[in-house]
Amino acid sequence: MSEPVVIKPYLRLSGLEPLVLRPETNFVNVGERTNVTGSKKFARLVRDGKYEEALSVARQQVENGAQVLDVNMDDAMLEGITAMTTFLNLLQSEPDIAKIPIMIDSSKFEIIEAGLKCVQGKCIVNSISMKEGEEKFIRQAEICKMFGASVIVMAFDEQGQADTKERKIEISHKAYKILTQKVGYDPQDIIFDPNIFAIATGIEEHNNYAVDFIEATKEIKRLMPLTKVSGGVSNVSFSFRGNDHVREAMHAVFLYHAIKAGMDMGIVNAGQLIVYDEIEPHLRQLCEDVVLNRNNDNNEATEKLIAFAETVKAKGKEVVKDNAWRNTSVEERLTHSLVNGITDFIDIDTEEARLKYPRPLDVIEGPLMDGMNVVGDLFGAGKMFLPQVVKSARVMKKSVAILTPYIEAEKSEVSDAPTILLATVKGDVHDIGKNIVGVVLGCNGYNIKDLGVMVPTDRILDEAVKCGAAMVGVSGLITPSLDEMVHVAHEMKRRGMNLPLLIGGATTSRMHTAVKIAPQYDHGVVHVLDASRSVTVAGALLNEQKESFLEGISTEYRKLRTDFENKKPVKQYISYEAAQSNKVKIDWGNYTAPIPSFTGTKIFEEYDLTEIRRYIDWKPFFIAWELHGNFPQILTDEKVGVEATKLYNDANALLDRIIAEKGLTAHGVVGFWQANTIAPDTIEVKNSGPEIRLESLRQQIKKAPGQPNLSLADFIAPQTAGVQDYIGAFSVTIKGIEPHIKKFEAEHDDYNKITMQALCDRLVEAFAECLHQRTRKEFWGYVKEETLSNEDLIKEKYQGIRPAPGYPACPDHLEKYKLFSLLGGEEATGIHLTESLAMYPASSVCGWYFSNPQSQYFGVGKIQPDQFDDYVKRSGFSEEEMQRWLRPVLE
Amino acid sequence: MNDIRDTLKQRILIIDGAMGTMIQRYKLSEADYRGERFKDWPSDVKGNNDLLSITQPQIITEIHKQYLAAGADIIETNTFSSTAIAQADYDMQSLAYELNVAAVRCAKQAVQELGKQAWIAGAIGPLNKTLSLSPDVNNPGFRAVTFDQVVAAYYEQVKGLVDGGVDILLVETIFDTLNAKAAIYAIKQFYHDHPQLQPAEIMISGTITDASGRTLSGQTLEAFYTSVMHAKPLSVGLNCALGAKEMRSHIEELSQIASCYVSAYPNAGLPNAMGEYDETPDETAHFLEEWAERGFVNIVGGCCGTTPDHIKHIADNVRSLPPRTLPVVEKELM
Repeated sequence: MSEPVVIKPYLRLSGLEPLVLRPETNFVNVGERTNVTGSKKFARLVRDGKYEEALSVARQQVENGAQVLDVNMDDAMLEGITAMTTFLNLLQSEPDIAKIPIMIDSSKFEIIEAGLKCVQGKCIVNSISMKEGEEKFIRQAEICKMFGASVIVMAFDEQGQADTKERKIEISHKAYKILTQKVGYDPQDIIFDPNIFAIATGIEEHNNYAVDFIEATKEIKRLMPLTKVSGGVSNVSFSFRGNDHVREAMHAVFLYHAIKAGMDMGIVNAGQLIVYDEIEPHLRQLCEDVVLNRNNDNNEATEKLIAFAETVKAKGKEVVKDNAWRNTSVEERLTHSLVNGITDFIDIDTEEARLKYPRPLDVIEGPLMDGMNVVGDLFGAGKMFLPQVVKSARVMKKSVAILTPYIEAEKSEVSDAPTILLATVKGDVHDIGKNIVGVVLGCNGYNIKDLGVMVPTDRILDEAVKCGAAMVGVSGLITPSLDEMVHVAHEMKRRGMNLPLLIGGATTSRMHTAVKIAPQYDHGVVHVLDASRSVTVAGALLNEQKESFLEGISTEYRKLRTDFENKKPVKQYISYEAAQSNKVKIDWGNYTAPIPSFTGTKIFEEYDLTEIRRYIDWKPFFIAWELHGNFPQILTDEKVGVEATKLYNDANALLDRIIAEKGLTAHGVVGFWQANTIAPDTIEVKNSGPEIRLESLRQQIKKAPGQPNLSLADFIAPQTAGVQDYIGAFSVTIKGIEPHIKKFEAEHDDYNKITMQALCDRLVEAFAECLHQRTRKEFWGYVKEETLSNEDLIKEKYQGIRPAPGYPACPDHLEKYKLFSLLGGEEATGIHLTESLAMYPASSVCGWYFSNPQSQYFGVGKIQPDQFDDYVKRSGFSEEEMQRWLRPVLE
Repeated sequence: MNDIRDTLKQRILIIDGAMGTMIQRYKLSEADYRGERFKDWPSDVKGNNDLLSITQPQIITEIHKQYLAAGADIIETNTFSSTAIAQADYDMQSLAYELNVAAVRCAKQAVQELGKQAWIAGAIGPLNKTLSLSPDVNNPGFRAVTFDQVVAAYYEQVKGLVDGGVDILLVETIFDTLNAKAAIYAIKQFYHDHPQLQPAEIMISGTITDASGRTLSGQTLEAFYTSVMHAKPLSVGLNCALGAKEMRSHIEELSQIASCYVSAYPNAGLPNAMGEYDETPDETAHFLEEWAERGFVNIVGGCCGTTPDHIKHIADNVRSLPPRTLPVVEKELM
């Protein structure tokens, strides 16, 4: 056993992040500008209801180093409870502000309570006191304790505010005893405010106020060492309002002495704190005298400071203007534009750089690449996010497009950067991920040769040789693409090539790459998880670490293969026969099958996109951009929220335009037919033509007692039951993306290109969701009164399922032929099947409809040879053919 | 019965596993959920698992018994959503109090039938409405519910649980700390209003939702703990959302900062593509055993996807291991 953990009695606070006041913690700055009594600007914004702008005051405090934020809404013109609640609720959605703890500041306890009800973190209450007697003080402290808040106790009792050292100590000590003994407060959660009053007012009784505070602080900390001392610092210089120069100096001097005496925290303007050592010596001396009440007989020190104050002009601090960057060098301006994705000035800046540098190519290799390196570094460090990087690339491309004619005029080489060849493999049409990788690698100085989609292996390899590629990257989304990638690796070996092969795309995995692809080829096969990793992988493959990098990968993959082999027998399987007899138990005798409102098909041409849009599930859209998180929370996410919101707004604007201009069209078809199972895994569908038999696969893994081995056929009534059952099917597609893509490509606008592709994918999924709902409520009508929200639909809370051939419940892609023949083939919607049975246009979805209340989504998992043999017999395809299509579910 | 604090000093306690996963096994229909009493209820109630404490109490008792037999020392009542706010989904707000009393009765029945020593923890879930997040993206300042409403709902639940006779109040699956603070507030208020009662112990269990290591409402683990430590809980811990593998580093951190006992009941791994949990009992148990060996934990068990089998494996694996020792809480600065 290790040493027991020791927990120290420190004051612990929290916003989204913790703040612990340790003995070595320096003075804690409490931001004071979000206080309507202290900041005119903040007060005006709140009174005008401009809370969003009021938040920027808070943000400025945090950026300037405030560690706690004081919020005060005590203003006669304001409804304090509403103002406090509104502001704090809004503030919670700004993670860069909400990360620090909140000090809820009011002289009205009901406003403090309202504030405490809005904040999840551990707050400080500012303040409570005994000014209305002990009983009320205790009740208020008890309430604060129920919220877990630390409390500031003001040195105030029924006699009034304490102004002398002795009264400050006496009241604080009394409050301490009550809080710790009667209320049960921990000493470290008590903070005293022994009252900072204005000095140098000209009234002699005021001259010792700062000294009283400092000496009381010292004694309070001696008597009650775990407690803290705080105060509102700007009070001390109140008589010099309007003269920030003198006030800042007084604050610095006051704090210097008060902190030495034990003051732990103070309410200050975090943007205006100056360093004691940097005050001009003469002014510092004058401040020392008034703060410490030295050389001050007959207000002598005060008079001197006033005289000095009149000689200095108040020096306000200038706010840096937003476009100050326009005054920097052309290199810095280009970097700024690249990092911030600004295209407004890229034309003139590029032109200026072209004239400045000897050759136009120097601009690319010099300032533009330098700028993109900054982008690459920020991205690598997690300080920039993918949508921003793509915007940077847009700026880069615009600049390069301006320079290209000059470069060609010079007839010089474009660049000797290494070339990376990218392609989506044969039979697959999905390329969003590949395009993103292309952009990111392009940003990092590589030449990208992108062969597009559905590229046969021979062409990939021929082109790789022709353009002298340094490496080849292949991508794919559907499961048959995995085999195609194995084929690519196999062919590279056969041809005796020695370029590294990168594997990427949504269905690929490290495990599949290690087990299936890597053994085919000896010169490096690397799985690349996402676009951000592609940069490090490409980098490692192009420098002297290449050998050790590949060696590391191959050791890792060897281990994965061993793990895979060892893991295999863990899963237990049962015979196909036993699996069939453990089907889903449905009481068909008491079952009434719902009858669809029509049989045969119904075609939808140019379906209303406005309706479809309501069904969009945004989460995968953000995942396409490598922004992970749930929607809509992602829009307010601490790290990626700002970028996610921008992306969301841009996508919606694009969608608005597409809908207004009819830039895309949605087509679909839905059909229903009489159906019954005629064998455990065979569904017979009655069509106008010959009957069609759908063959399904059944789970063979050993299940827990009482759990069935599922097959889709289980959800359709057997012929022997005497129930006429039905099955449905659908296919939907979004057409017309090509001209948009061409246009964006011409404009070097990858950002909109990728957004467009991702949107089309979302729309077609939404369309499928929409038709499925209408099927349930209307066409098949088995739950006419369904009222599910879009969120519920995304969570698949509906009754019935719509599994797609090629996905886990029915992994055989070949069944798509039957589905398409039932729905009327290509004529119905214009979707056609590629040789890998992917659908084109890429944004297409199809599937079966099952209505049975017991139907559910599941994965077939691995099947055993006995089932495979039976399935081959039923399917009518050859064993070899079937092996190819079912490889993902074969052991 | 022994004082739970005495037992915690001696050994690691086992808390039970998922209720929902077990209920699913019964494949209940709408009619089963309704039972005789709610056969004419105007809205659908299938999926309202808490209702089963009234309509199918024998099933809930049976599940509790399976967990007790598997080795659970603490069983959670079937009250995750037994508040007026959560029950509004089914128009069953008015049943909130009764659901809590009925659920405790099921748990007590199970303990009595098995004749085994066990503590009953009243499960207080997170609600379907949250106090720190706006459901309307265009209006981040909006809240679907107020702090006072949440306190009132929890107060009623606490009253039901305490009247039913729970030993522990377990505020769990906390993804918004402010909701949890409202629950703590309600508990403190309840005992303030009923000074004659001996307050039940409080257990607090938060939920870290993803690899960011934060709660859904954005807090880091330490910030979360700091925000709830005023409850002076028996234990603080984590449950749900993550499997043991992903939860490990957070539990390690918590074991370093928590001045009270530490609990952990992870999911059975992360859900697979089908949304199912497929981590096997021995796999889960193996993870938790390592935590116990390292002295991270005092109370362990399972959340989504775990079964009596998981709990049995966990209990078998940690039985012989010593519990985490409580930290030394210093009362003055050294």
